[in-house]
Amino acid sequence: MATVQKDAVSLGVTKPTMSPDLIVQVPPGVPAKEMSYQEAIREALREEMLRDPSVFLLGEDIGKHGGAFGVTRTLYDQFGPERVRNTPISENTIAGAAIGAALVGMRPVAEIMFVDFSGLAIDQIANQAAKLRFMTGGQCKVPMVVRMPQGGGAGKSTAAQHSQSLEVWYAHIPGLKVVFPSTPYDAKGLLKAAIRDDNPVVFLEQKFLYSFRGLVPEEDYVLPLGKCDVKHQGSDVTVVASGYMVWHAMAAAKQLEQEGISVEVVDVCTISPLDEETIGRSVRKTGRAVVVAEAVRSYGPASEWAMVIIEQAFDYLKAPIVRLTGRFSPVPFADSIEKGFWPDTEDVVQAIRKVMSY
Amino acid sequence: MEITREMMLEMYRRMVRIREFELAAIDLFKRGMVKGAIHAYIGQEASAVGVCMALRKDDLIAGTHRSHGHNIAKGADTKKMMAEILGKETGYCKGRGGSMHIAAFDTGSLGALAVVGAGIPIAVGAALAFKLRGEDRVAVPFTGDAGCNTGNWHEGLNMASIWDLPVVFVLENNQYGVSTRITNSCKIKDLSLRAQSYGIPGVRVDGFDVLAVYQAAREAVERARRGEGPTLLVTESYRFEGHYAGEPEVYRDRAEVQEWRKKDPIPRFRRYLLENGVANESEVAAIEAEVKQEIADAVKFAQESPQPDPATAMDYIYA
Repeated sequence: MATVQKDAVSLGVTKPTMSPDLIVQVPPGVPAKEMSYQEAIREALREEMLRDPSVFLLGEDIGKHGGAFGVTRTLYDQFGPERVRNTPISENTIAGAAIGAALVGMRPVAEIMFVDFSGLAIDQIANQAAKLRFMTGGQCKVPMVVRMPQGGGAGKSTAAQHSQSLEVWYAHIPGLKVVFPSTPYDAKGLLKAAIRDDNPVVFLEQKFLYSFRGLVPEEDYVLPLGKCDVKHQGSDVTVVASGYMVWHAMAAAKQLEQEGISVEVVDVCTISPLDEETIGRSVRKTGRAVVVAEAVRSYGPASEWAMVIIEQAFDYLKAPIVRLTGRFSPVPFADSIEKGFWPDTEDVVQAIRKVMSY
Repeated sequence: MEITREMMLEMYRRMVRIREFELAAIDLFKRGMVKGAIHAYIGQEASAVGVCMALRKDDLIAGTHRSHGHNIAKGADTKKMMAEILGKETGYCKGRGGSMHIAAFDTGSLGALAVVGAGIPIAVGAALAFKLRGEDRVAVPFTGDAGCNTGNWHEGLNMASIWDLPVVFVLENNQYGVSTRITNSCKIKDLSLRAQSYGIPGVRVDGFDVLAVYQAAREAVERARRGEGPTLLVTESYRFEGHYAGEPEVYRDRAEVQEWRKKDPIPRFRRYLLENGVANESEVAAIEAEVKQEIADAVKFAQESPQPDPATAMDYIYA
């Protein structure tokens, strides 16, 4: 097994603000080791590259430098410049080249440095990768992954062009799968699944989570795409969340447990296709729902989840759904106006109290 | 490089096949039987045929919204193509693509991509895969002249050149991007000069002359196959029809079109075959008659084929 590398000090990678004990996914007795979200992604890439010679990486500065966040660091030394391929700053051709390679039997994993830059690649991702199989009547498949860091973090964001949460850009496109893990365990298992999947997968990494740690099994495992994961069982209220917001939901659940409020946390770790059944089943059980997303409010993922709840569990609702999201604004820079931009644990606690007291 | 009699007759056959196919498609369109649009390749036949005759079956092409000609030149079945244009289940894309998206993976056609320049990065990626696997295959993206101002094009030429990928970028200058003359969208007249910025050969050839296109393409393809990197091949011709069938063409004079039509590559090559004793009149006429019959059969096949079953509307979205 590869040695665990010390995480690089890179843009936006900061100390974790939450304890790994908050989300434990490996049962006692299963051989596991603690690693960061960033290391888990790196290990998934490494293991898939060792397993399958058709897997290769391409992206800006992903070679010796290891990418803007150091995710691919050490892979270049292990696999060389052919399979860890540094590209010019050409986002559309990074994505398009991944498509072309995928069409002829490779399994490329492209990295776009920040999701914010993917506007330059969106034609290839949304118009070409997503539609090629359909518009050729099933003549081809496009097994590729586009990895993109996204999102901000408390007091650590890097303003309007490096901190957005843009999962709905891609979730709105039929033919794409969109994955957004919240933990090291999920990041590794879902990335391996994404690489093995025969469809184009947009794999979003919450960059504030890169340093977050958790237990990851030592054995090979793959998690299913297209499923929500119930991170915490509860009976009074369902919190639907993804990415970093799952940690706030879990922290809120732990806090309110002491007051006798039982919170179920549903992690939408695959944004699309959306596992409507798990969300519906949970809210039919609890009768109350809070939806929490880091993306901005209008037309965002939280709105979609709320609508699923209305369709799946309207008759069971005991209170109106509460929606917590990023503020409908470009991400600001100064701490004073960045504060409150994204929901935090206290916001989730207040929202839960609100639906409980309706 | 010797060009055999058989090859020349095959070139003529494919050029006539493209012409007859396009005329039939326009006819169906004018009779209201084709939805959407037909972007005819009439006048440019020598470009696609000259290039594709220099390719092997396992080499790949990527096309544009105007790619009936590229597909036929690469060997696609005209029945399945015509059926696709009419939106039939028997079409190459089972009626999901239509005229602008014909792909024939069995002949090495990765598909027609109707966002200008989009095929460039995809062909670059296919060529990268060939190189990574040590295969001697070549990828050939076709683009119209207007495509050379897209980011796709510049990014793609650059990436292919820095990695010496086996790509032949065919830039078909038909003088117009929809209504805009290339002289109004590019400062330079010789578009092959752009190759210099990427440190690769740029070749400009008469796109009405199938033998000249073939020779130039052959050289570029062999260079790519040897691992020496990409070439930019500019074929100079003219779009005889409007941007799409029935388009009013308010931006150009009829006289201009008539003047260019004198350069028609098909009568020109026919004369060449006769004058150089490659074939006699009855042999050439036989090819024309066979192709006419083939296209008539294709139209009949397409018209008689069923549309996709509505129950299959959600098929092929995910693998």
